[in-house]
Amino acid sequence: MALTIASREVDGVTVLDLSGRITLGEGSVQLRDAIRDLIGKGQKSILLNLGEVNYIDSSGLGELVSAYTTSKNQDATLKLLKLTKKVHDLLQLTKLYTVFDIYDDEASAIASYK
Amino acid sequence: MHSTMESVGEVEAAAEKIATEAGLDEDQRFHVGMAVREATVNAVLHGNEYDPSRMIDVTFENTGADFIFTVADEGRGFNPDNLPDPLAPENLLRGTGRGIFLIRSLMDEVHFRQLHPGTELMLIKHLAPATPKT
Repeated sequence: MALTIASREVDGVTVLDLSGRITLGEGSVQLRDAIRDLIGKGQKSILLNLGEVNYIDSSGLGELVSAYTTSKNQDATLKLLKLTKKVHDLLQLTKLYTVFDIYDDEASAIASYK
Repeated sequence: MHSTMESVGEVEAAAEKIATEAGLDEDQRFHVGMAVREATVNAVLHGNEYDPSRMIDVTFENTGADFIFTVADEGRGFNPDNLPDPLAPENLLRGTGRGIFLIRSLMDEVHFRQLHPGTELMLIKHLAPATPKT
């Protein structure tokens, strides 16, 4: 299943609800475009909800890192919400778990931006 | 097979089907499917430089003891020992360079063979021996 991205605002935070796969050719470009669009509009608080992301490959992991660094370079803050077990395990394996600020519940994630 | 993303999808689907038939559990099927996908993407993208006229050669084998996958490309070849460590602090924020690391982490054995031209990757997952009946 390709990646779908839905955007919503919660207390000044843009939450992107991602669903599907983030892989080379099936979601990486969509995610990159979505982040660039938000950064271009001046959004400073971005939360990626990965609760429905059931598959991510090395390209997708790279895209998450690029989203993080792109945001940071523009003084924006990008955090992750609700990792599935597969994504959680891959972030641990690649040590990216230490890079991202990760939350299990949305209210705590939103509150962390204040 | 031609060097296209369609081929990558077909190989990934075949790997998951064979892994299921070999009796691997969900985690192992995921590991095999991902490693096979990463190896095939490497062959298509880095080996054959996404040139559809260049071919990749793919084989699957279930020996009963092992699941064995090979993928060969027609590229210039590379030295797997010279790859940067993606876990090193200076590489952690790089957007690329995790494919071979993932393959090595997810499979039991990984072997590289230079074909001049091209590279062959062999990935092996040991299959659990059948539980003896009591």
